[in-house]
Amino acid sequence: MPAVECSDLVVRYGARTAVAGVSLAVDAGEVVAVLGPNGAGKTSTIETLEGYRTPSSGTARVLGLDPRRDHRAVVPRIGVMLQRGGVYPMLGPRRVVELFAGYYRDPVPTDALLELVGLRAVERTPWRHLSGGEQQRLGLALALIGRPEVAFLDEPTAGVDPEGRLGIRKVIDGLRERGVCVLLTTHELGEAERIADRIIVLHRGRVLADGAPAELRAGMVGGLWFTSSAGLDTAELGRRLGARVAEERPGAYRVEVEANPRLTAELAAWLAERDASLLEMRTGASLEETYLALVGSGDDEPEDAPVRRGRRK
Amino acid sequence: MRPLFAQTRAEIWMMLRRGETLLVTIGIPVAFVVFFSEVHVLPTGRESAVTFVVPGVLALAVMSTAMVSLGTATGFERGYGVLKRLGATPLRRDRLVAAKIATVVGVELVQAAVLLPVGLGLGWRLARGGSVGESIALVLLATVAFGGLGLLLAGVLRAEVNLAASNGLYLVLLLLGGMLVPVSKLPIALGAFARALPAAALSTGLHATLGTGGAIPLESWVVLAAWALATPVLASLSFRWE
Repeated sequence: MPAVECSDLVVRYGARTAVAGVSLAVDAGEVVAVLGPNGAGKTSTIETLEGYRTPSSGTARVLGLDPRRDHRAVVPRIGVMLQRGGVYPMLGPRRVVELFAGYYRDPVPTDALLELVGLRAVERTPWRHLSGGEQQRLGLALALIGRPEVAFLDEPTAGVDPEGRLGIRKVIDGLRERGVCVLLTTHELGEAERIADRIIVLHRGRVLADGAPAELRAGMVGGLWFTSSAGLDTAELGRRLGARVAEERPGAYRVEVEANPRLTAELAAWLAERDASLLEMRTGASLEETYLALVGSGDDEPEDAPVRRGRRK
Repeated sequence: MRPLFAQTRAEIWMMLRRGETLLVTIGIPVAFVVFFSEVHVLPTGRESAVTFVVPGVLALAVMSTAMVSLGTATGFERGYGVLKRLGATPLRRDRLVAAKIATVVGVELVQAAVLLPVGLGLGWRLARGGSVGESIALVLLATVAFGGLGLLLAGVLRAEVNLAASNGLYLVLLLLGGMLVPVSKLPIALGAFARALPAAALSTGLHATLGTGGAIPLESWVVLAAWALATPVLASLSFRWE
């Protein structure tokens, strides 16, 4: 049984449909990142699973329970980190953690938790005077205090400095090792790739793609990618390489063919003949390129298009 | 019960740390008792100023704690997403409300412990025939009524608007509530309106039993009971937790 599951989930706010039939499942010990542009339905989906929203239709299950109907049974077993706020602004991390510890039967000891998220140095600083990254880490600590079986983390690394991100990644790795199911949302593709075992791309309330980061990258937009001067003659290069070449963004090109040594040599020679530098070359798209391609194509797709898991063409 | 105790402890700590709360709940009531007992500007007739002022300011203190402090703090907690976050913890909503009620009652006890000695020092005495027990019952009823009113505003208005509305209402109820100006001194129509307000019902009742030693008028009980029934129901129906 998946730790978290929703099936054909629809969430409407009046006439607006925020979630339009999302189905997903996350197992214990799995870290899944939900990506999508603003308004994609990420937060509505997560908040329905947290029990904040009632589905307009479809089902949501957390640890086999209905997060609304069985709310009292579910909340001691889950950890929630909101996108922002959620903390008394006049309380410092120690007091907040001690307060929240009072809600649970077997909380993580306060000192250990503050140490884990790196807030010992500011444990008495009121929340409103903490930096954005420190506030995020406190939110994460509150999600962990009850030793959850499922952790919902909404934008856990937003506004966090590189050192703090490293700490949050370690915490999430620790959760995975302990068999905790982690469902997080983020706008930061690099973070998602580093943290998550699996990525789900939402757009306009629908699941566009669901797979491991490498699977999405390799399967969705393959070929040889390179970066050079903007405005190269792609038609001429295509004739030379015997494959279609497209300039996806100014200076970023994709050759629609599997990479091989002859192809890369031909490409380097063609660029050298035109005194154009080869700044970067790789096989397969980056997650960012994959994501942008997915979201861009999602605008044109019919609502019943299948979820992508493999190669696009 | 552990979540309830943890929440109550935190609520009391926070209330005592809010400077504006201490000003409204303790500072202003004490200043009013001292000033209006010593400076005879209130139209109290033959009655001594302190006899009129102490019950009136006790009513004012109850209103400021149960309505203004509770309402504005809850409004800001809603604005900061605290109430939403608490919704995903094992702290049940009824426990959260119970913790807030316990905090309000605790602060009211502190107010009584401060205001009554100040009043005694200025010459106020519990009138013969006055009933402390009935006063406590009336105050508890008023706490529910004012608390419901504060939560009603906090549950539907943005935090900043709620702050302004609560303080505006506080001022109106202060002037019309018989706390500083006897309701009998108001114009007839305004006085009739004022008598239907919880502030006047509380101050009239406290004045009757603590000031003159008479029975609390039935009208006070009825008006306060009606408000104590209506405002929590309306608050629970309209309250938005986020």
